[in-house]
Amino acid sequence: MYFFTLAVTNFTMQYLHNIGAYFLMIAEMFRKPTKWSVMRTLILKDVDDLIIGSLGIVAFISFFVGGVVTIQTALNISNPLIPKYLIGFATRQSIVLEFAPTFISIIMAGKVGSFITSSIGTMRVTEQIDALEVMGVNALNYLVFPKFIALMLYPFVISIAMFLGILGGLIAVKFGGFGTVEDYILGIQTDFTPFHITYAFIKTFVFAFILATIPSFYGFYMKGGALEVGKASTTSFVWTSVVIILLNYILTQLLLS
Amino acid sequence: MIDVKNIQKSFGDAHILKGISTTFEKGKTSLVIGQSGSGKTVFLKCLLGLFSPEQGSISYDGKIYSELTDAQKRNLRSEIGMVFQGSALFDSMTIMENVMFPLRLFTKQNKSEMEDRADFVLKRVNLEDAHHKMPSEASGGMQKRVAIARAIVNNPKYLFCDEPNSGLDPKTAIVIDNLIQEITDEYNITTVINSHDMNSVMEIGEKIVFLKDGLKAWEGSKETIFKTDNEVVTNFVYSSNLFKKVRKMYLNENE
Ligand SMILES: Nc1ncnc2c1ncn2[C@@H]1O[C@H](COP(=O)(O)OP(=O)(O)OP(=O)(O)O)[C@@H](O)[C@H]1O
Ligand SMILES: [Mg+2]
Repeated sequence: MYFFTLAVTNFTMQYLHNIGAYFLMIAEMFRKPTKWSVMRTLILKDVDDLIIGSLGIVAFISFFVGGVVTIQTALNISNPLIPKYLIGFATRQSIVLEFAPTFISIIMAGKVGSFITSSIGTMRVTEQIDALEVMGVNALNYLVFPKFIALMLYPFVISIAMFLGILGGLIAVKFGGFGTVEDYILGIQTDFTPFHITYAFIKTFVFAFILATIPSFYGFYMKGGALEVGKASTTSFVWTSVVIILLNYILTQLLLS
Repeated sequence: MIDVKNIQKSFGDAHILKGISTTFEKGKTSLVIGQSGSGKTVFLKCLLGLFSPEQGSISYDGKIYSELTDAQKRNLRSEIGMVFQGSALFDSMTIMENVMFPLRLFTKQNKSEMEDRADFVLKRVNLEDAHHKMPSEASGGMQKRVAIARAIVNNPKYLFCDEPNSGLDPKTAIVIDNLIQEITDEYNITTVINSHDMNSVMEIGEKIVFLKDGLKAWEGSKETIFKTDNEVVTNFVYSSNLFKKVRKMYLNENE
């Protein structure tokens, strides 16, 4: 019993310590800004790596998952009393509310998150972060801030995901013979609640912040060598996803109910 | 001049530096030597302020580092050049961009002025046609030379090198040693080099500090290191047969 309590205490302390360190990191990230001419290059590079570089995979996944959502909905609405436009309506709701903001963010935690952790982690183990600090650079500002700014364009990615998801549904309806295109288009216009878009983009912004900072945290504070960089990327993916899922729950409770 | 007073540093229970005092003079190349794991890198990182020692003080030309304000520290850092043990080049930048980086941070020069300066130092380290390569495309020796170029590009007053010639062939190693010494003389820099290479010691050790078990075991110069009777030093220096012979000859010559 004693050892059990001790283990639990240690475990909890470790998490509390990490959470504290994470918030300190965020505060530090905004301090001692790097010279603008240098920062500008970094931001452009991160926009390229994190945003432009993700468009392909996001487009591909959104389009096909959109199609699948539509097919599933169509197959489940077999009752002739239910109007066909509900297929479009249900597709729109699932894509705008959950699929695009949340599901795509989990994909991004894998793609962008592990890229961030491994690139910052490699800089840590090869002493590049020390080299920055010797030059008087605030390494957290230099490394994390541009990613944070670049990911402010993340809602743009999610808009594309929403659009392509709904488009994928349309194509599936048309070519799968699940209904008419007119019904589908009527469906995606039915009962439109502007606040749902607001809700989706609030989530998107929050997730963008998480995607920029949690992977950076695991990269920046890692210790060890190349092997640990790999482990840190895995841990970072796990925690980024867990936090996204939890915040998704909390934000949905707060904003929609 | 850098004055180190009784610095101590531990990681958890491991006491790595147990109170080291010494001075490094301006215009001289000073060597810190010792076995692998003796704490040379930790010592250098304490000098640079990357680690903060629990005890003791480090002063740069009379100003105690830990008492400086942030702005003063930043100012001091613009006068420091550092060559890391693994070169630590920024792998997302070309060699040219790496060398220009300190200029972009610390000066108001325009692009062509920076390029001219970077060209000049790259020539200085005998790298003329690698400007647009990425660090990963350069050999280890080239990376070391780029790291040296980056460290000296902004005319530092203090230069630190952590094993600048480890992993290099003997010829390139000597070229690099001589280069560091020339630069030190030419610009009157305070230079501190970590090494466990006896060739470097013989070439450029104007001052030598020997670390063992977290303490300064001996201090001298390349002239005195061959004559000393200090056993820990002789065990280290003459661990190879070649140096045992060199010592014998040296002592015979000077009798
Ligand atoms: N960040 C750190 N955390 C914990 N221990 C460390 C850290 N850095 C160094 N050490 C320990 O300090 C000791 C001295 O390491 P250091 O890197 O200074 O050796 P060194 O003399 O530079 O060796 P080498 O010649 O191989 O480079 C080692 O035992 C090492 O494990
Ligand atoms: Mg070392």
